[in-house]
Amino acid sequence: MRRALWVVAVLLSHWRRHPLQFATLMIGLIAATALWSGVQALNQQARTSYDRAAAAFGGTRTPMLVSPSGGAFAQQLFVDLRRAGWPVSPVLEARVQIEGRSVRLLGIEPVTMPPEASAAAEIGTAGAQAFIASPGQALISRETLTELGLRDGATPTLGNGQQLPPLKLQAALAPGVIVVDIGIAQTLLAMPDQLSRLLIGKAKGPRPNLESVTGQQLRLVQPESETDLERLTDSFHLNLTAFGLLSFVVGLFIVNSAIGLGFEQRLPMLRTLRACGVSARQPNAVLVLELVMIALLAGAVGLVCGYVIAALLLPDVAASLRGLYGAQIPGQLTLKPEWWLAGLAISVIGALLAAASSLLKAVRLPLLAAAQPYAWQQAQHRWLRLQGGGALLVFATAALVLWFGDSLIAGFIVLAALLLGAALALPVLLGLVLAVGERSTRRPLLRWFWADSRLQLSGLSLALMALLLALAVNVGVGTMVESFSRTFVGWLDGRLSSEIYLNAASEAQAREIRTWLAQRPDVQAVLPGSQAEIQFGGAPVQINGLPDHATFRDQWPLLDATPDAWDRVRDGDGALVSEQLSRRMQLTLGQSVTLPTPTGPWTVQVAAIYADYGNPKGQFTVNIDALLSHLPDSPQTRMGLRVAPENIAVLMDAIRARFGLDGRNLADQASVKKESLGIFNRTFAVTSALNAFTLGVAGVALLTSLLTLSNSRLPQLAPLWAIGLTRRQLAGIELMKTMCVALITALLALPLGLLVAWCLIAIVNVKAFGWRLPFHVFPLQLVALLAIALLAALVASLLPILKLVRMQPADLVRVFANER
Amino acid sequence: MSARLTRRSFVSGLAITGLGVPHAWAQGFAGLGSDADGFAQVVPGRALSFPADHGPHPAFRIEWWYLTANLADAAGNAYGAQWTLFRQAMAPGTRDNGWATPQIWMGHAAVTSATAHRSAETFGRGGIGQAGVTPTPFHAWIDAWEMRGLDGFSDMTVAPLHVTASAENFSYRFRLDAQQPLVLQGDAGYSRKSERGQASYYYSQPYFTAAGTLAIDGNDIAVTGRAWMDREYSSQPLASDQTGWDWFSLHLPENEKLMLFRLRQKDGSHYFAGNWITADGRSEQLAANAIAMTPTATTDIADRRIPTAWRIAIAARGLHIETVPLNARSWMATSFAYWEGPVRFSGSHSGVGYLEMTGY
Repeated sequence: MRRALWVVAVLLSHWRRHPLQFATLMIGLIAATALWSGVQALNQQARTSYDRAAAAFGGTRTPMLVSPSGGAFAQQLFVDLRRAGWPVSPVLEARVQIEGRSVRLLGIEPVTMPPEASAAAEIGTAGAQAFIASPGQALISRETLTELGLRDGATPTLGNGQQLPPLKLQAALAPGVIVVDIGIAQTLLAMPDQLSRLLIGKAKGPRPNLESVTGQQLRLVQPESETDLERLTDSFHLNLTAFGLLSFVVGLFIVNSAIGLGFEQRLPMLRTLRACGVSARQPNAVLVLELVMIALLAGAVGLVCGYVIAALLLPDVAASLRGLYGAQIPGQLTLKPEWWLAGLAISVIGALLAAASSLLKAVRLPLLAAAQPYAWQQAQHRWLRLQGGGALLVFATAALVLWFGDSLIAGFIVLAALLLGAALALPVLLGLVLAVGERSTRRPLLRWFWADSRLQLSGLSLALMALLLALAVNVGVGTMVESFSRTFVGWLDGRLSSEIYLNAASEAQAREIRTWLAQRPDVQAVLPGSQAEIQFGGAPVQINGLPDHATFRDQWPLLDATPDAWDRVRDGDGALVSEQLSRRMQLTLGQSVTLPTPTGPWTVQVAAIYADYGNPKGQFTVNIDALLSHLPDSPQTRMGLRVAPENIAVLMDAIRARFGLDGRNLADQASVKKESLGIFNRTFAVTSALNAFTLGVAGVALLTSLLTLSNSRLPQLAPLWAIGLTRRQLAGIELMKTMCVALITALLALPLGLLVAWCLIAIVNVKAFGWRLPFHVFPLQLVALLAIALLAALVASLLPILKLVRMQPADLVRVFANER
Repeated sequence: MSARLTRRSFVSGLAITGLGVPHAWAQGFAGLGSDADGFAQVVPGRALSFPADHGPHPAFRIEWWYLTANLADAAGNAYGAQWTLFRQAMAPGTRDNGWATPQIWMGHAAVTSATAHRSAETFGRGGIGQAGVTPTPFHAWIDAWEMRGLDGFSDMTVAPLHVTASAENFSYRFRLDAQQPLVLQGDAGYSRKSERGQASYYYSQPYFTAAGTLAIDGNDIAVTGRAWMDREYSSQPLASDQTGWDWFSLHLPENEKLMLFRLRQKDGSHYFAGNWITADGRSEQLAANAIAMTPTATTDIADRRIPTAWRIAIAARGLHIETVPLNARSWMATSFAYWEGPVRFSGSHSGVGYLEMTGY
């Protein structure tokens, strides 16, 4: 026991003598854990919310019965099934307008509701009697209450003039949903004896098969392991995860270099211990234990940092998810215990992974091996040659996946392979460039400059790889975001062609507004809009109705169209199809499509394909009259107004005063545009923030590598000093060398980054969102990144350089005096 | 009979207030205690009329159709079966159509053998057809469970009937016949429940003969035996000091019947009541002080100690018997759990019957 403690003390003394090395190790582990855990926290928060939404009274987690057309069906089917022994519970669902916001109204039946399909206890504690009996209750989450600007107990009026029962706060309810009793829902929606679906409880018992009870009127929908929201937002989370993973890997580069050096420097110490009679196993056990302790400590700090990162990013993430997918994420970060444990585990696993090679070496250490503190660099140098082969292999994999793969995951695999291959190839490429430099000159100092750079390469290569990855991803993401925002702005200009947009509170008010507008001379045109949703190809699809008007013919941006597209739409037999939908369903121009509607199948031809950025659902755009004749229940409360620019403000004031519409129901083009751009900017704000973090970590990696190298560089520098170079000159040369390799790395990162951008735009985006952007290159952005990279390298070199400048001549002399 | 009313009030209250949470349980009770106003009141001297009174009485708060059967297979193995439909109004009002109907229905079903007890429950709202009762033709149902009058149904015998229920691990279907008319409990159907004047309308058909099939875990067993139906409705809440009850329905020799119960009160005093029904259908009320009921053995079930064996004495009638359960673990694992199962008795009289105990 005593001996073990001595071994621990001896081995730990190393960190006391090398605090900077210890700090490096900690920083690496903390950075890796923090970014990874931060991203995980964000994902976890979002997933919890999706689960909450899905669990809300039979989302997609419960098996259910629906009508094959997707529409409402007669309540009698529910009674028939119950009487036949089916443990079903009815649900009626529709979207309603409250305070100008669209909210899901869910009518449920608490008495038959299967306990597993809902949080029945929520109703229980709220009191089902109060819930069912007149006037009833409208259960609502705190988030929705706040969003609507209402208070507990309020009785808001719906868009159709019906009044909700008193609102009742139900904290555990999913946001964006209002839950009332089924009978109340039928009254509110004017759908007497109509149901949307039947949830099937788990209760078992003899029951006849479905057809014998309800014929073909209902169809069974099996529960899905994945909710709609999860499917829609998968790409977003995959994106975040990919970034988290990248940061983690970059962090591990730092850890690896710190541990490698630390172990190597302790080899003589280990040898001495062995010579003193300590068994081979003991120091190794202590080394592992020490590593685990450090990893736990760093992991704990990393988790706190990760929490802070997640909390800082959450508002942007929540805003993006709401804006893009309508997913409601609470703004308060709540974390499960698993998160903390997983964070510590990832830190320990990361540390062990990064130390694996060093530990193996320590295990195999021969008793009498000469201590060679720098031998590991040489060994790595040999190892780097193998990396060249590895890189080729990884590139080949990327090419194969690119050729055969056809999914989002494949897209990310190509990206990862590309980055990994480039990282592996980097030292080889750098070595080649430096060798060319060395051969190109005959001046001794310059030759030494290139040769010494090559020698240094093995020690710096991991940090340079990290820099390469961070830069390439920055270039890639930057290019994609810039491409997107340019395309998006142009597209938005085309799509937002009306000067004023308004949404009436009810159909009656909409009619009133139309009549009133018709008498105003300053209104050039009223463009009514309507939208319905149907099930098409197994997913909800929007049908958007537009009038035939020059505004759309001139400005609506089409990606691809038949020559008479707008005439076909006007005649009611043509439809425009959104890019997402055309890709998903493989719809091509001229193809006939049959849409299921309550009035029977409706066949239209694909007349054009248009970009519909930001819409997670597929969309058809048709003539509004055709829409209303096939889907007569579609709301007609929306309209766009064409107005001369100078009349916008006056007209809006008049409408506001006359009809009491507020900012949520009445907006001018500029503010709608601003809001849309805001959503997209926030989406990419998260990506940019993670981008910046990654670059920061790469900078730290470079700094720590240079610091660890700086001490070991003395034997190389002292002879130069001895033959007459001043310390200042030496420092200048050292700085030049670092900047030189950083520049080469950054230059290599540029084409790699563009390749990454292409992958993102041509593969990942298409798979994730369903749209493809035109690819642009932004030279200014590239130059700026190049400058940032060099700046990072400069900052990272400053400290070691200053150390060199201030070094006492005695230290340099000692190189020759001391036995090494 | 107050005991049964209390228990069922609890259970029915539960049906309203949610599905199995203690909160709801308490709330149901509180709800019952507070506003009987607005509901019809039980008054002495009102004559029951049939078939109308076989149907629901939405003006009253609570009501049930309650059937228990003592059965045996060809080899003489004993079985028990229970079929119950409860109705409770959440609010006064006689509206009987649509979701706005303030009626909640609950069904309980169980079968018991010497080695097994299976129970199930189901819930439904009134007004839409999922559950309900019609007096003519007689039909009481919830989901696929039903009690239906057959051809030749008589309003006075409530027979013949077809009864069926099924759940995951048991099912049964019986035909019930009766030659004698139903009997009125209490004082001509006015059943007093406490000295404080609480009461219900209560009548029974204790003379059913039963024949049919029951299945436990998939094995069909042909059975015959006797059955007893209770009908009761009231609006009167119970006093809060009543904690539970022990209720017997016994088939005595010579076609005599005995119904008795003990209502336990917090102060340790018990309210006793019962009716002695003679072979020719006369129903005679027993004086409270004429009834002696003493537990003789207990069984521990679900963290509770239940008195499953009893000594009963009605000295004035020369009755001194000991009852033992067919299955001491006849536990109704429903939202509000209780003990209900077939019993056998011996002593001065011997025979079979049913025992229900709640509030333990």
